[in-house]
Amino acid sequence: MAAWRKRLAGFLAAHARALVGALGRLYRAPLPSLLTAGVIGISLALPTGFLLLLANVGNLAGDWDSGPRLSLFVRKEVAAERYRALARELAADPQIRSTRVIAPEEALAEFRRASGFDDVLELLDDNPLPPVIVIEPRAELDPERLESLAARLRALPQVALVQLDSAWVQRLHAFLKLLRRGIWVVTGLLAVAVILVVGNTIRLDFLNRREEIVLIKLIGGTDAFIRRPFLYEGLWYGVAGALLAAVLVEAARLLLAGPARELAALYGSGYSLGGLGFDGLGKLLLTGAALGLLGAWLAVGRHLASIEPR
Amino acid sequence: MIRFENVSKRYPNGYEALRGVTLTIGQGEMVFVTGHSGAGKSTLLRLIPLLERPTSGQVLVAKANLARFGRRRIPQLRRRIGMIFQDSRLLYDRTVFDNVALPLVIDGMPHAEIQRRVRAALDKVGLLGKEQAYPETLSGGEQQRVGIARAVVSRPPILIADEPTGNLDPKLSEEIMRLFQDFNRVGVTVIIASHDLGLIRRLGHRVLTLEQGRLIDDWPGRAG
Repeated sequence: MAAWRKRLAGFLAAHARALVGALGRLYRAPLPSLLTAGVIGISLALPTGFLLLLANVGNLAGDWDSGPRLSLFVRKEVAAERYRALARELAADPQIRSTRVIAPEEALAEFRRASGFDDVLELLDDNPLPPVIVIEPRAELDPERLESLAARLRALPQVALVQLDSAWVQRLHAFLKLLRRGIWVVTGLLAVAVILVVGNTIRLDFLNRREEIVLIKLIGGTDAFIRRPFLYEGLWYGVAGALLAAVLVEAARLLLAGPARELAALYGSGYSLGGLGFDGLGKLLLTGAALGLLGAWLAVGRHLASIEPR
Repeated sequence: MIRFENVSKRYPNGYEALRGVTLTIGQGEMVFVTGHSGAGKSTLLRLIPLLERPTSGQVLVAKANLARFGRRRIPQLRRRIGMIFQDSRLLYDRTVFDNVALPLVIDGMPHAEIQRRVRAALDKVGLLGKEQAYPETLSGGEQQRVGIARAVVSRPPILIADEPTGNLDPKLSEEIMRLFQDFNRVGVTVIIASHDLGLIRRLGHRVLTLEQGRLIDDWPGRAG
């Protein structure tokens, strides 16, 4: 028990020493360390910013009901009880989830309220608006079946016009999907860049300390012992870069927040740009740390075996 | 403790450093290896901590066949062998204390224990009070003694020294050799390569003489 404890204490002490030692080395050479952290920070800030923007747009798009909808404009001469009966009939169709009737009087009232053309509408002898049946199809319908449903409805004798309302929402979602894929590709490339930057920095440091590594091997230091301080160095680079990226992204968000709010206000929405949040910050830091560690591991692994005592 | 069985070492450039060397060094012995430069003294020493591997033959240390030591087990072996070089091989950006402490740090020893052991080792080589000095500020003899303190701080059963007095004047050389005798007296097996024949004879320990890679003489020493 005592021996076990002693070993654990030794292990923890060794890690603490490497952790603090690596931080100390970065601190003693502040300019090169900052430059490396800066490059990593920018490399991480770009995809983080993009992904954040995407999340914001996605939220915005999610606010609109993404399900497609069909508007059936019924011929004006069809009587009220007839089109209400049609709506009930259609609601029983297996491809349709629900229907809602907007009578001409309702439509007119809404138009009056929303447009402010009150006076002009007073001049009309009768209501020019047709009755509308709004149809919500079943969610599982794909665009093709939706189109064929629209065609079937268009063939009904009572119907003047069928409009597939939400095609543009679908297009937006498809576009977002494409954008997301693109951003992930860029993110992947920049992650590789971070690994290379950390790897190169660690490699130079490793080769600069050749003497020390030879000596440590000479007096019985294991590969793990030699590797440890460099891994922590990579870890620190990654974490510092991630913190910098978080600052950059937040700064950019604050710069954009004002105009974004104005734009949202113009669309009559109280929407505002969302930030990273604790969750996002945590993920960013973890990603930075992991990439730094990986870069250091690869750099040290490549050179560890090549340095042998002479 | 250490056994060479028909050991030969040929370097990739074709140079034959050792040819069929067979010898045994017992536990607690103090042995000098001598010969002209290029006779194979360094190579002989370097085979023991696996800085080199023999081309043929076997080397055994504490009954373990070194041929069976893979790369991963080499650190285990080297921790049990203190090594001293002609140039002291100190890290010049670290204090004397940090230099001497390195083997214990590698071993994962707790801090308080490291403090105690490093001070004891420095005391032994007469450098207590220089812990916070940097190696550059020390004389050649002092630097060599820091190197010795580093080699003995983890109390290895075997001590190997390759021309430890090569750069030192006769008086300092003798001091250093006396230090090795002290370690030998407490049971450490000591193997020293040196061409300082006068000094070696005066000390009266066993002497192995190499010539062109062959063991040509094994003088048992005055003590027996």
